[in-house]
Amino acid sequence: MQAALVLEDGRVFPGEGFGAQGCATGEIVFNTSMTGYQEILTDPSYYGQIVAMTVPHVGNTGINLEDPESRKVWVSGFVVRSLSPLVSNWRNRGDLATYLCERGIIGITGVATRALVRHIRERGVMRAVVAHGSLADDNIALADIARNSQDMSGANLVDAVTAEAAYNWTQGSDAQWYGLHEDNSCGPLIVAYDFGIKRNILRMLADRGLRIAVVPARTSPADILKMQPAGVFLSNGPGDPAAVDYAIANVRALLGELPIFGICLGHQILALALGGKTEKMRFGHRGGNQPVKNLDSGAVEIAAHNHGFAVSAGSELGGGEITHLNLNDNTVAGLRHRGLRAFSVQYHPEASPGPHDSFYLFDEFVDEVAANV
Amino acid sequence: MPKRTDIRSIMIIGSGPIVIGQACEFDYSGVQACKALKSQGYRVVLVNSNPATIMTDPQLADATYIEPLTAQLCEMIIAQERPDALLPTVGGQTALNLAVQLQQSGVLDRHGVELIGANLTSIQLAEDRQLFNDTMREIGLRVPESRVVNSVDGALAFADEIGYPILIRPSYTMGGAGGGVAYDAEELRSVAANGIHQSPVGEVLVDRSLLGWKEYELELMRDAKGNFVVVCSIENLDPMGVHTGDSITIAPAQTLTDKEIQRLRNMSRQIFDRLGINTGGANVQFAIDPVEGDAVVIEMNPRVSRSSALASKATGFPIAKIAALLAVGFTLDEIPNDITQQTPASFEPSLDYIVVKIPRWDFRKFAGADPVLGPQMKAVGEVMAIGRTFPEALQKAVRALDIGMDGFVSEPGEQTTPEALSVPTAQRLFQVAAALADGIGFDDIVAETQFDPWFVQQMRELMRVYGTIAGEGRRLSDICADEMHHLKQVGFSDATLARLMRTDEAAVRQRRKTLGVSANFYRVDTCAAEFQAHTPYLYSTYEMEDEAAPTDARKVMILGGGPNRIGQGIEFDYCCVHACFALKELGYETIMVNCNPETVSTDYDTADRLYFEPLTAEDVMNIVDREQPAGLLVQFGGQTPLNIAGELERLGAPIWGTSVDTIDLAEDRQRCHALMRQLNIAQPAGSSITTRAEATAAAAKIGYPVLVRPSYVLGGQGMAIVFDEAQLLAWLDEHVQWHGHHVLIDQFLDDAYEVDVDALCDGEQVTIGGIMQHIEQAGVHSGDSACVLPPYKISYFHLDIIREHTRRIGLALGVRGLFNIQFAVKDDQVYVLEVNPRASRTVPFVSKATGHPLARYAAQIACGQTLSALGFTEEPPVSGFFVKEAVFPFQKFPGVDTRLGPEMRSTGEVMGHAATFSHAFVKSQSAAGLPLPTAGTVFISVNDFDKAAVARLARDLARLGFALVATDGTASWLGRIGLQVSRINKLSQGSPHVLDAMRAGEIELIINTPLGGTAHEDGATIRSQAYALGIPIVTTMSAAAATAQGIKQLREKPLSVRSLQAHYAAVN
Repeated sequence: MQAALVLEDGRVFPGEGFGAQGCATGEIVFNTSMTGYQEILTDPSYYGQIVAMTVPHVGNTGINLEDPESRKVWVSGFVVRSLSPLVSNWRNRGDLATYLCERGIIGITGVATRALVRHIRERGVMRAVVAHGSLADDNIALADIARNSQDMSGANLVDAVTAEAAYNWTQGSDAQWYGLHEDNSCGPLIVAYDFGIKRNILRMLADRGLRIAVVPARTSPADILKMQPAGVFLSNGPGDPAAVDYAIANVRALLGELPIFGICLGHQILALALGGKTEKMRFGHRGGNQPVKNLDSGAVEIAAHNHGFAVSAGSELGGGEITHLNLNDNTVAGLRHRGLRAFSVQYHPEASPGPHDSFYLFDEFVDEVAANV
Repeated sequence: MPKRTDIRSIMIIGSGPIVIGQACEFDYSGVQACKALKSQGYRVVLVNSNPATIMTDPQLADATYIEPLTAQLCEMIIAQERPDALLPTVGGQTALNLAVQLQQSGVLDRHGVELIGANLTSIQLAEDRQLFNDTMREIGLRVPESRVVNSVDGALAFADEIGYPILIRPSYTMGGAGGGVAYDAEELRSVAANGIHQSPVGEVLVDRSLLGWKEYELELMRDAKGNFVVVCSIENLDPMGVHTGDSITIAPAQTLTDKEIQRLRNMSRQIFDRLGINTGGANVQFAIDPVEGDAVVIEMNPRVSRSSALASKATGFPIAKIAALLAVGFTLDEIPNDITQQTPASFEPSLDYIVVKIPRWDFRKFAGADPVLGPQMKAVGEVMAIGRTFPEALQKAVRALDIGMDGFVSEPGEQTTPEALSVPTAQRLFQVAAALADGIGFDDIVAETQFDPWFVQQMRELMRVYGTIAGEGRRLSDICADEMHHLKQVGFSDATLARLMRTDEAAVRQRRKTLGVSANFYRVDTCAAEFQAHTPYLYSTYEMEDEAAPTDARKVMILGGGPNRIGQGIEFDYCCVHACFALKELGYETIMVNCNPETVSTDYDTADRLYFEPLTAEDVMNIVDREQPAGLLVQFGGQTPLNIAGELERLGAPIWGTSVDTIDLAEDRQRCHALMRQLNIAQPAGSSITTRAEATAAAAKIGYPVLVRPSYVLGGQGMAIVFDEAQLLAWLDEHVQWHGHHVLIDQFLDDAYEVDVDALCDGEQVTIGGIMQHIEQAGVHSGDSACVLPPYKISYFHLDIIREHTRRIGLALGVRGLFNIQFAVKDDQVYVLEVNPRASRTVPFVSKATGHPLARYAAQIACGQTLSALGFTEEPPVSGFFVKEAVFPFQKFPGVDTRLGPEMRSTGEVMGHAATFSHAFVKSQSAAGLPLPTAGTVFISVNDFDKAAVARLARDLARLGFALVATDGTASWLGRIGLQVSRINKLSQGSPHVLDAMRAGEIELIINTPLGGTAHEDGATIRSQAYALGIPIVTTMSAAAATAQGIKQLREKPLSVRSLQAHYAAVN
């Protein structure tokens, strides 16, 4: 059935709809990962965004039970060049179109995704709308809807994705994918702030012998300290970090009390808590092929990225230092405050999807935690 | 880490002649390495025996040695050039094996040469099958159950333990040479024996066969700091059991989830760690169980490979160039990404398009060869196509093959059964199309082919769309813009649409344009458009926007040669690349169009703009429409671009150089004959006939033996010499489907000398580039015959006639560029056999021998320059002798008669040069892989016509100390003139016969001239076995004479080596 992606600047990308019918708004972004659409769909960091995949064929491996990164699909819309007409993979349990349909998510295929990416590259990310069904031919109305939707800058989206109540996490990785499987039944306890946490982060921590308590984003520092954890983890998540003012304040209160490790939004919040600044990028980094240089070792990691905001280069970090740089554009990819035992990275060491070059960061956190026990 | 300053001079070993499994991808990688190292200020010493390569052009290295790739000669070169380091990873398995030999024999240590880019330990761990498997198990990775054995009994014993089918893979061979699958003990005996023989170390790995598992390959790089990237993932359409070089492959992998692909990446990294691969590229092959998902490591190649060339073209990430830079100490993050310019090479390319590679086979050349594909590679070339989706890329790849198929369709009249689909052959892809068209069930097709259902579904969808046009009597005018756009998006060619709607291609093109449906071009940019691409490396599709951004410069388009095949190989790529360089120097913007991923021409560094597209009129015209070039050059890429030249001209493309009419004049037999008569130049008597009756009448009139062939053929396809009417009729029945097709019947010039001339004409003047005499007599295809420059047995009188004929023919044809004439000299008469109005196969050879870049001159002439202006008005003198020898793929086709004839069957060539003819000949034989023995036993078996000539030859060999062995006829003849000859049984006389002696290693040299036109059965077996056993075999008397002369000189005086640069300096 007819479908269209309409951008706030009036540009229209027609296509064929799949998944749910209707209309949804969000910030249009593109992801250059060639695999891992199921992980991307279920990554809470994409909340409020319409994701376009650059890889042409999507849906080839279907949907399986192991790969979701959270309890639901978070993207507002999903844009592909060619939806697979057939699913083929030994782990497959269902097809993408049905999966999205059941979850009320609009998909659109047959889109000139390369032209779309070039448009975003030149003009920057912007608000957009996907429409599938009767609405899809009224491009003027759709552009209006896009223009009236929420802007990502200044948006606190964390409240929408964080867990409603605290819970414990114990499950590690499946043995067929990774090698590490320490018993975590009586390891040190850490608290993970859920700003939109991905399951693979939790698995990575569990694999390394940590007990994990996941807490809602608004949990106070006092409540955390009451749990007597050996470390705090700040998760990834959606939206503008500067808008999550309570989290910045909470982290500031915890600095120095416990070792802290942050990923993505957690990294940005740590930087803000240290007194740094963040800024919106033109079109962000989303993909599994980005080179990150570890300034300590000089080594380059190929890393999974998913962010539209970044810590401003040269911003004051209250004694913290830059530890990692993205070599494509020299954006800040990691920082550390030695005195306060806090460090963070902008990218996704847990991968999923993406290369596994940066697992060592979890080991570093475990070392910090162990030193604190 | 910055580049190393402790080394100044680096030796690079090339891969030698083009053979199955090692083609021009190593010219591409060698050229990249040379350029990269030279640009860093290193002195580059290059050795390669293949004169048709661009890498052996004297300007690419500081010292270029076209010498046999043997340890002995390499040591001489090392002693002379004193390189500090040796880079062995860009010359395929040949270079790697030679480097191992040089290291192990102490040569490198003796001369203080450091191996860079790979170390001996990692090479051995990767190449020794048993060591590799043990090492994999040690690091916890799965490998197939396997055992290394060095005897047939060992193989049988292991097979009893694990059961059949069993896969045999010899150690240290390339292209899976000597590999095979055995389904029972009897097959295992023969496969194992062959494998053990072909392995240079006499061992094979016996594996549990993973037939039917999915096969994947990752192309990887790592630098000295441990930075590691996956350049490309490749998925094979054909499941395990078919050599990856014979598989249709797709990049990136389509049917793996992220967890699965990352697992392969992690396993690869573990392998790199353990094997110590830390300054270069390598690939790892995996098999994945389609049901359980288990991943098993199959093998790794610690070097640049055919698939790394493919990966480089598929992604825009130049693996060989970067491997060379890593070898001298750079790290990935210090090397910029050429395409984005702003990002480093330490990243993993992201593809927003699909790449399909299809191999090109040439089974028709090898009657009797087993057409079933297996673990030993049989393809002679490949094409790659880029499309936004798999259907589009697949259809483009099919039409790029240049096999008369206009897309993914079934061949006319093709019928298939589910069972036939289970056998992997060159036709299987089209059988799947036929099966889908015939309504054979989807599940049956998947089950029989074991193709991943994802691909079969895409094919089914294509055939469904095909059916909507084919089945309903649709007319062109019924097709609306949307439908046309969709048809083009999924890759249907104008030719297919025209065929289905019973109209012509031009009408479809017209309708398409009226509907506003035209191709747009996207860039291959390594990054899925995340960054701007600065390199115009383009492919066509039917989508939104266009990224070609043509300039206003004055530009020329060069059409490449398409896939390598027998008769059209690297020589033409050499010519295209030279034409390109010449035009750049003249200030033109150059545009290359080609679809062969192995080549230098498809390096985005070669031309200013590269279009990776099929060489069909439609695809080329799409580019012409967009670029509006001032001219197109069609005479450098061999027959493929010439075949579409007329169509291009009709569609309004400006063809430069030799005109389409001149091409037709030379290729149309009637017109050419008339011209020769007018010029009073002799041609063999001939006739063009269209019925059996005409054929017998014509042959009788001309007189047997006659040469027969279908008209308009490449590489002498189907050509034969027939000696009587019965043979003629048999040939006609086998090769000719009448329906108005012409068959050419020519007088065969028995016992003539053949001469090849490459010359240039600017319309006013002709200059000869070189005159080559064939060593084999007339009747052997010029591409298969050894030849020598300058001629060594033709009188000055005849040479002058040849020069005069060449001049007159060039001027009369009005050639503007290169042309090639084949002459024959018989009984004092000079005949013209063939005129080719284009660059010929021998152009690179002549250019290397004379130091004159003929292709470059030709391109300049095509742009309007004159020979006078170029200062090339005299035939260049040649100092010393240059012998070109052909190299054959017979080892890959056991059972095929290796007798040389008018149909070309060689895949490549080598050159030997020396001050004397004999030494040059000896070198050429050694370079071709069959070094002449200096002592031992020679087996002689010649036909009656050659008996007279053999006497002197046998006497010479006996004087050199060879023992003579012959079967009855030849033995009694030689005995009669007083030579000591041992008699040996013919095969029919029973054991112990000559084959037993060959197998026992009792024969060092074979001289066997076949009898007339009939395949003498003994002879055929002996010749085929000689190749399998690696015994030098000579099949013509003139070559035998050269051989004897060569052996004599080799014993008298050692060989010496000289670089091209030193040679030219000495000559001038």
